[in-house]
Amino acid sequence: MSTAPPTRAGASSVPEEAAVRKALSSTPRPPRPSALAAALTFGWRGMLKVKHVPEQLLDVTITPVMFVLLFTYLFGGAIAGSTGDYLDFILPGILVMSVLFTTVYSGVALNTDLTKGVVDRFRSLPIWRPAPLVGALLGDSVRYVVAGTVIIVLGVVLGFRPDAGVPGVLGALTLVVAFAFGFSWVFTTLGLLMRSPNAVMNAGFMALFPITFLSNVFVDPETLPAALEGFVDVNPISHLVTASRDLMEGDPGLGEIGVALGTAAVLTAVFAPLTARLYRTRV
Amino acid sequence: MTTPPTLAIEATGLVKDFGSTRAVDGVDLAVRSGSVYGVLGPNGAGKTTTIRMLATLLRPDGGEARVLGHDIVSEADAVRGHVSLTGQLASVDEDLTGRENLVLLGRLLGLRRGAAKARAAELLDAFGLIDAAARLVKHYSGGMRRRLDIAASIVVTPQVMFLDEPTTGLDPRSRNQVWDIIRALAAEGTTILLCTQYLDEADQLAEGIAVIDHGRVIAEGTPGQLKASVGLGALHVRLLDPEQRPEAERLLSRELDVVHLEPDPAALSAPCADADRGAQAVAELSRAGVGIADFSLGQPSLDEVFLALTGHPAEDQTTDAIEEEQAA
Repeated sequence: MSTAPPTRAGASSVPEEAAVRKALSSTPRPPRPSALAAALTFGWRGMLKVKHVPEQLLDVTITPVMFVLLFTYLFGGAIAGSTGDYLDFILPGILVMSVLFTTVYSGVALNTDLTKGVVDRFRSLPIWRPAPLVGALLGDSVRYVVAGTVIIVLGVVLGFRPDAGVPGVLGALTLVVAFAFGFSWVFTTLGLLMRSPNAVMNAGFMALFPITFLSNVFVDPETLPAALEGFVDVNPISHLVTASRDLMEGDPGLGEIGVALGTAAVLTAVFAPLTARLYRTRV
Repeated sequence: MTTPPTLAIEATGLVKDFGSTRAVDGVDLAVRSGSVYGVLGPNGAGKTTTIRMLATLLRPDGGEARVLGHDIVSEADAVRGHVSLTGQLASVDEDLTGRENLVLLGRLLGLRRGAAKARAAELLDAFGLIDAAARLVKHYSGGMRRRLDIAASIVVTPQVMFLDEPTTGLDPRSRNQVWDIIRALAAEGTTILLCTQYLDEADQLAEGIAVIDHGRVIAEGTPGQLKASVGLGALHVRLLDPEQRPEAERLLSRELDVVHLEPDPAALSAPCADADRGAQAVAELSRAGVGIADFSLGQPSLDEVFLALTGHPAEDQTTDAIEEEQAA
């Protein structure tokens, strides 16, 4: 028979009432954070998630990387005469595409949050109401930059040498990320309306594939049937792609940039309040 | 007497509809400042919906309520400044570590970075989570998650705390830990509204209880009053030899008046308010040589409370499914 005294297994991990009391009595309520501080804190939360699950960046970069390789080497010769010429043409477009694909995940992440109890806690905090949404998108913007950077680096490795050099590329990346910030409000709205993260993902990609393919990302619209060309010409994504190409080539057109930023502003003006409203009222 | 105690929570005629279903149908509550108040009812009785309205997450469709004197609709932001909520789903972020969760909330409540980190460390220590601080919450056990959840609710000491079924699904040891924490919170003067399905939980912690059924308060009082009104607990006895049941019945009815014969031919039960009398009755049996396989003296279960108060057992009601649907 063992004579050892009974040990309190894991005694150190049991909360002690005295310690709980001490922890309880010590914290007065500080002044509430500013809207910006609250939003930035939610942005930090988004960053932490990337830190814990870096694979989620892989998801959104693999498809564009595949597209770069596939289109450049498989179709480049046929479409543009040489793979090198085609790379110059396609890379700004793929940059747009990969960043826009990343925006779907903003909706997916929001929908995932809603299936958990944590949103209840956020909503019961005395903070600027849209802070969780704005903050999440600020955090996502960092992911857009990462996704964009991956594509640009891959392009440079494959021989992409834009005329406007680093400033042109940075300008294009900034424009694309700004557009994506506005565009992602569409998916946050979708994220609040759909029933599951998977449904958001499917709906998002179903919308994004036609809208990005039916643009000037891959081909010169002049080669298209008239009706299709008409659509491609008004598609805001075409304008964004053109603006990015021009920036990278050192010949920025204010008109195209204006259309891209204007579209982003309109999307934000419509879908940001809608998202905020849905977020507030959803049971 | 002196000035009447102030009310931390005051609700009159709260109503909430989900589609054509009335989840909460005119709930009145009056919770004294600094007390623990239990809201007791089966799944879907409207407990969660009530708590979500009081925590400003849902707008009531009728009636009104004030928390610390602030209207929950027109002064929702002021209410949020004083309350915290621990929901039925753990209200913490599973994809972050325990420490990150607490720092996040500290920052959102307005603490500076250093203060938020220090506070997180203090709470992790107090709640026995320091070893798990760097682990993702999705790898936590149910009890650890609950503790973190409650810790997250007191990053800044709230004046009113809503706890929605804090021990559902926990093992007995974790449940006792959570109870200890709730007692400590109450001792520090936080008003606690506790929703629970367990009569013994409300009995252990609350000084007042409202029993809620189909969205209505059907009984209210102290745990003692409630149990007395319900008709007490019962002594259950199972004999080694069914042959001795008539003898046991005779002896027990002498001690406890009413004796029921259970479907099990070796079992009997008798309503019994008083543990001493119950113990005496059992002792009487063994003195008379009646062999006892086992016996228990129980408080009335929630089922018995419901049966006594409503005439129907506490079956799961329908609104839960609707609430879940709305939340999905």
